[in-house]
Amino acid sequence: MSPQPQKAVGSPLSRVDGRLKVTGKAAYAVDHDIPGAVHAVVVDSSIALGRITGIDTSAAEACPGVLKVITHRNAPRLVYRDNPVSNNPRGRRLRVFQDDQVLFFGQPVAAVVATTLEAAQHAASLVEVSYEARQPTTDLAGRPGNPLLNYARGDAEAALASAEVRLDREFHLARNHHNPIEPHATIARWDGDKLTLWDKTQYVIGTQNEAAAVFGIPVENVRVISPFVGGAFGTGLRTWPHVAIAALAAREVGRPVKLALSRRQMYFTVGYRPRYEYKLRLGADRQGRVTAMAHEPTYETSNHETFWEATLFLGQMLYNVPNVSQTLRTVSLDVNTPLWMRGPGFSSTSFCIEVAMDELAHELGIDPVELRLRNEPTRDLSTGQPFSTRRLRECFRVGAREFGWDRRNPKPRSTRDGDWLIGTGVATGCYDTNRARAEAHARLDANGTAVVQSAASDAGPGTYTSMTQVAADALGLAVREVEFRLGDTLMPPAPPQGASQLMASVGSAVQDTCDKLRQQAISLAVGDRRSPLHGVNPDDVVVIGGRLQVKDQPARGETYRQLLARNNLTHLEANGLYNPEAESPYSMYAYSAVFAEVGVDVNLGLVRVRRMLSVYDAGRIISPKLADSQAVGGMVGGIGMALLEHTVTDHRDGRIVNANLADYLVPVNADIRDLRAIYLDGDDRKADPIGVKGLGELVKVGVAPAIANAVFHATGRRVHELPITAEALL
Amino acid sequence: MYPFSYTRVSDLRTAVQAGSDGGRYIAGGTTLVDLMRETVERPGKLVDISALPLREVTATKGGGLRIGALMRMAEVAAHPTVRALYAVISQALELSASAQLRNMATIGGNIMQRTRCTYFRDVTASCNRREPGTGCAAREGFNRTHAILGTSEQCVATHPSDVAVAFAALEATVHLLGPAGERTVAFSDFLLRPDNTPQREQSIRQGELITAVEVPAQPRPLRSGYVKVRDRQSYEFALTSAAVALHVRGGVIQVAKVAAGGVGTVPWKLSAVEQRLIGQRPSEALWTQAAEVAADGAQPLAHNNFKVELLKRTVERQLRVVGGTR
Ligand SMILES: Cc1cc2nc3c(=O)[nH]c(=O)nc-3n(C[C@H](O)[C@H](O)[C@H](O)COP(=O)(O)OP(=O)(O)OC[C@H]3O[C@@H](n4cnc5c(N)ncnc54)[C@H](O)[C@@H]3O)c2cc1C
Ligand code: SF4
Repeated sequence: MSPQPQKAVGSPLSRVDGRLKVTGKAAYAVDHDIPGAVHAVVVDSSIALGRITGIDTSAAEACPGVLKVITHRNAPRLVYRDNPVSNNPRGRRLRVFQDDQVLFFGQPVAAVVATTLEAAQHAASLVEVSYEARQPTTDLAGRPGNPLLNYARGDAEAALASAEVRLDREFHLARNHHNPIEPHATIARWDGDKLTLWDKTQYVIGTQNEAAAVFGIPVENVRVISPFVGGAFGTGLRTWPHVAIAALAAREVGRPVKLALSRRQMYFTVGYRPRYEYKLRLGADRQGRVTAMAHEPTYETSNHETFWEATLFLGQMLYNVPNVSQTLRTVSLDVNTPLWMRGPGFSSTSFCIEVAMDELAHELGIDPVELRLRNEPTRDLSTGQPFSTRRLRECFRVGAREFGWDRRNPKPRSTRDGDWLIGTGVATGCYDTNRARAEAHARLDANGTAVVQSAASDAGPGTYTSMTQVAADALGLAVREVEFRLGDTLMPPAPPQGASQLMASVGSAVQDTCDKLRQQAISLAVGDRRSPLHGVNPDDVVVIGGRLQVKDQPARGETYRQLLARNNLTHLEANGLYNPEAESPYSMYAYSAVFAEVGVDVNLGLVRVRRMLSVYDAGRIISPKLADSQAVGGMVGGIGMALLEHTVTDHRDGRIVNANLADYLVPVNADIRDLRAIYLDGDDRKADPIGVKGLGELVKVGVAPAIANAVFHATGRRVHELPITAEALL
Repeated sequence: MYPFSYTRVSDLRTAVQAGSDGGRYIAGGTTLVDLMRETVERPGKLVDISALPLREVTATKGGGLRIGALMRMAEVAAHPTVRALYAVISQALELSASAQLRNMATIGGNIMQRTRCTYFRDVTASCNRREPGTGCAAREGFNRTHAILGTSEQCVATHPSDVAVAFAALEATVHLLGPAGERTVAFSDFLLRPDNTPQREQSIRQGELITAVEVPAQPRPLRSGYVKVRDRQSYEFALTSAAVALHVRGGVIQVAKVAAGGVGTVPWKLSAVEQRLIGQRPSEALWTQAAEVAADGAQPLAHNNFKVELLKRTVERQLRVVGGTR
């Protein structure tokens, strides 16, 4: 097989669906126009723990337009089969309207179905629920926690005891909510015992399996459609209770039902990045070689489920540390269950490790970049495996040069600009390269255009575009001649759009599928006596601009259209697959060096990020413009995590106090100044056939510590708590 | 949202009539509609006053300004006379909300806006201001953004407006038109501290309409400005803010008008700071010395202790920005 020239891949295309999006024609979950649809609105619990003692629905039912009020008193029993497919964590998931128990604040306790949204909303506010409330426990602080995972290599305690330099730190990281622009929403329609869901999800197959499990119906009876997702950052990786409520309501009223969560409800039932307390002890010699790290992270989970995220990997593989111990604990609280949020686990851990490394550098008088280079491993010490690729040194070298790191005066509080103290900081970012089985289908039509599909999701990174690019090159077509479709369970299966695995997995499946389709066309041509390519070795044929031709003799060839027309074919089609080996012989991660410059108002304690540069070792960049969107988005998210984002719980009653976007602060345009991304040229073919390592999660990791380290450099104040607010710096 | 009726009025008499009959005025609707959605507000009858002829800035005889209640925030901020004579008003408005909101929101609505206390806006929480006698969830709850001045046992919520801080500093008056005719109220008497009746927020009577805010004349030249301190660069209410106006003649401060926002249950006039400034020569030392008394009487809560120090520094900063040094 002759390699195809790569024209589309690597070129900075605008989103193929950009026009649809900016003209409002892209249909997000709730936008689908389903004839006869009525509206459901959820009533939330106003206590965090206890029992429902009474529900008065009479006022709600008396409202014009109200069709039904569903509560645990009249809801049918639901099956809730075990379901290992849909990212449900260990434990017993919330079962909607199945009993009188309240497990967390904002738990759905009723749903009102009405002919208009306004009627449903108003009636929902009239449902009177009485409770027997018990004192909830929602505060992680100081709780011992349950051990979840341990890891050890070498003897961390002994190495700490004999270390020349020691640090002993405790970090506090606030809970964060994903807060995508599009709230969660679902439309449910039953046709007999077949269910169709239009859903906001990052995993249509996950939603399909969970809906089937809840209602005890065969998976094939559920179809999930999700062509557009208005951002998710991880919140769409599980199927949350409102999906079951929409389907239940649709079954109860015998009509399709639309259900959208309000912004406030986006803080109740759809996951969040858990709050952390993280004890970290570090030992090193005077040359800055880290000899030991002892990690004791603790994060919150719910009483009904045990959340897991990848908290421990970084501490095991990031640096060349011979002695490591880790104890991960969870604290079970009367809260909803967390869910992976951009850079899950890694973002939180990296804050602690990278701030500690900065402290070590300062203490030893070693440049923070140099300190990291001194701790570069030559293999992954947690597995002994070689790295597929690891170009962190290059990231730092390029970054230091482009950022002007050399001009930095290492002394804290040494640079001033009017009322602003200026500081710069650096941190390492890293995220693991995940791959999963994925399938795709491609069809080449007689008119020379192709449709490629896979049940993937596009929550914003630009899957439509990047897959089109891969397919276009593999088929030898122009980008506009290829249409990629996604987001429907009738399509070949794809993994969730999370853990940065989609490009590697679905991209490789698309590559395989389109390679097969192209080969099919080539075989047809070389075996066809009427073709100018008759008798040519298939390996010598490439397709360029829809024309099959001999590689070294471009004049000899014909177009797909000619080939199909002559053979009386309406189309050619192929199925393809990517099925990664279960155990790779390599340690596979993507890396970055993150540089930040902040200003801190000398009297008022305000922190503003003045510029930021990240250099990524993320393998091949399929779509540079989309990559930039990811990088900038990740840095913006990191600024939020570092300086603003904080879900506040009132521990007296478990209430989320700032469940709205006026009080839960995220960065606004005025906070975003000069953000720049550089990608190291190259690819990683050991990771996957198309050489990518994943970018969407990586871009958030390392941002918060780079900012925190810059704040220290600006002010001489070391903050171990996120977000960093004025009160810590006054 | 509770059901409501809606009428649009185009003359003052009909407006006041409708207001006296239990109607609730709606101008830009930027905050009332939000509160209705949260069911914090449940007016049965909305009277849309946005077409009333209260949309100009006029110079008063004495050399002051009269700002029509239906002027949009953006219009006032950009108005050449306002910019030239009272930079502090322009700046306070420009640092408020967002461009979209400022294009819709009116001056009358702005000073009438209700607190941003999150418990107030969450109808499942106890709140004396929303439902007298139910208690104050904020006092022992999360109160980082709450007031340190003018609080009571009953309520500790701030008044959120920025331009009201400028009005308080400049000693504006509020013009009202009601069924019983016109009257004026000094700005300092218009917004009420919570005391034992936190549900009473303004000294306005049923049916009364704000027609204008009048800013009195000041000796010239007057240098003025507004600073707003907040976690993010834009689109957030103030943690602290300061409005400052100074008239310096013969090297001596003759007139000083200073008020603070984000810290009081009403915009907080800083008379003690003004007193320390008047008759003095501008200097770094003076700014520091005057700002020292800015937080006198503060009663911080569990999470807003930092506002005490931050307030002093905010006032000091703005004195320096406006007054410069010699
Ligand atoms: C997200 C957000 C951020 C904001 N940030 C800021 C900020 O940083 N700083 C700031 O100062 N403000 C801020 N605001 C508040 C904003 O300035 C107010 O919403 C706006 O000024 C209200 O004006 P309006 O004309 O829309 O009032 P409406 O919503 O129409 O009315 C508000 C209230 O005023 C009454 N009312 C209106 N006009 C009159 C009148 N002429 N006479 C008597 N009563 C009247 C109404 O009955 C109602 O009770 C913010 C608002 C939002 C939504
Ligand atoms: S501070 Fe005032 S507004 Fe806030 S909860 Fe207490 S009483 Fe209500």
